[in-house]
Amino acid sequence: MRTLIAGMTAAAVAIGAFMLSPAMVDACAGLIGSNGAVNLGRTTTLAGYSNGVEHYVTSFEFQGGGGQFGTLIPLPGVPTKVERGGAWTLQRLVRETDPPPDLLSAGAAFDEAAAPRSAKVLLEARVDALDLTVLEGGGPAVAEWAQEHGFRLSPDAPEVLDFYASRSPIFLAAVFDGEAAAARRQQLGDGTPVHLTIPTDNPWVPLRILALGKQLDDRVEADVYLLTDGVPALLPDGGEGLRVAHSDEATQSLLDDLRADDGMGWVPEQAWLTKVEIDARAGDLRYDLAVDTTEARSPSMLDAGLDFSSLHAEEGSAASVAFVVIAVVVASFAVVLLVQRWNSPMEPL
Amino acid sequence: MNPAFLAIALLAALASIAASDCERARPPSAERTIEIAYSKFEPPFVTVPAGVPVTFVLRNDDPIEHEWIVGTDDVHARHRTGTEPYHDKVATEVTLPAFSERTTTVTFEEAGEYHYICHLPGHEGYGMTGVVRVVGD
Repeated sequence: MRTLIAGMTAAAVAIGAFMLSPAMVDACAGLIGSNGAVNLGRTTTLAGYSNGVEHYVTSFEFQGGGGQFGTLIPLPGVPTKVERGGAWTLQRLVRETDPPPDLLSAGAAFDEAAAPRSAKVLLEARVDALDLTVLEGGGPAVAEWAQEHGFRLSPDAPEVLDFYASRSPIFLAAVFDGEAAAARRQQLGDGTPVHLTIPTDNPWVPLRILALGKQLDDRVEADVYLLTDGVPALLPDGGEGLRVAHSDEATQSLLDDLRADDGMGWVPEQAWLTKVEIDARAGDLRYDLAVDTTEARSPSMLDAGLDFSSLHAEEGSAASVAFVVIAVVVASFAVVLLVQRWNSPMEPL
Repeated sequence: MNPAFLAIALLAALASIAASDCERARPPSAERTIEIAYSKFEPPFVTVPAGVPVTFVLRNDDPIEHEWIVGTDDVHARHRTGTEPYHDKVATEVTLPAFSERTTTVTFEEAGEYHYICHLPGHEGYGMTGVVRVVGD
């Protein structure tokens, strides 16, 4: 937190003595609960992408122990590391794009900032009272695993899990250990930040999963922060339920603050910060956020979950190849039989 | 023509006509298959004859459990607040574990429309409903 406080102190020069008062220090400390928990008003996620590695930081809200409160998150690849997320990263991002009104009025001082039948467990980790399991498997296999581990799946789960598994069969299952949470004096609503490091050349952020288990007319509200080497091309980049609320070069103070947080040393010296706000009817949130940071600037329709035809085309071409192979084998077999028959002495009629 | 051959041909023709009449007199097929995929019944609408035992083949292709409960509005009202975790005692109430198939035979004595619904939490609201239309003669 050293750099964050340093940044705030620098800002205080501009906004006066108020910033140096104990009240401000309390407010800053209030970003993190006494048990290390975070509290955010809405689902907030950071997807950082740099040098072919996606850093996915999100917070799991404690709603009670046991599988019935578990969460499943589809991932674009297999994480190499699952660890506790930075203590203030998500809150700091919120402050960057949505500073408290008093700070705004004080002079915008913070303007600076086919699966296998059974799911295969690839990785297990424990973060505070949260048990995390990285799974590989198709939608049905992951659903089976989840139910065996006490998850109560909602009726939309079969379709939503297939929606993801057809593109990436990797899922993260997160469930709180109720006893461990109680021992940590974790309160309902307290969040545990988790950081996943995922090497991938194909970054995307799961959004549709946020509507899992909700009624069709329920609202889904979430903030997704993207930290990329350059200006990202997004799909969708706006429209019903999705709005790009911030798109600008990340301020040096933000990058310094983030880099000073636990496990955030990967944050580059320069980056582009994008904030995407989701405010959608659950029934309409049937897409993900595809990101392209290459010069092609062409995020994938498939990654956004908007068009599966390329996937089907691949399946079709694979089927065609299989058909050709079978046809060649059958033809070869027929030729061999013909040759054998040709070479054998003619039977008398 | 050989009289014996003629008699056999006549008998065969009569038998064929009789079989054809039996075919017409037989009630409509009394088996219906209802599949479940992505928490939806398919088909969501079936027609069956009144007073005839109808065998329902219920196939759950989903990785989660479902129910098939058919009956009057009163039956559904009871199940909306019911707490029975498993149904296998009554022909009109069937629990379908993930990836399972169950067969049940029901006779609807009176013509009318009977809904079939999955009463697991949230499933009816998600659209897991269908209708059996029972038609008389």
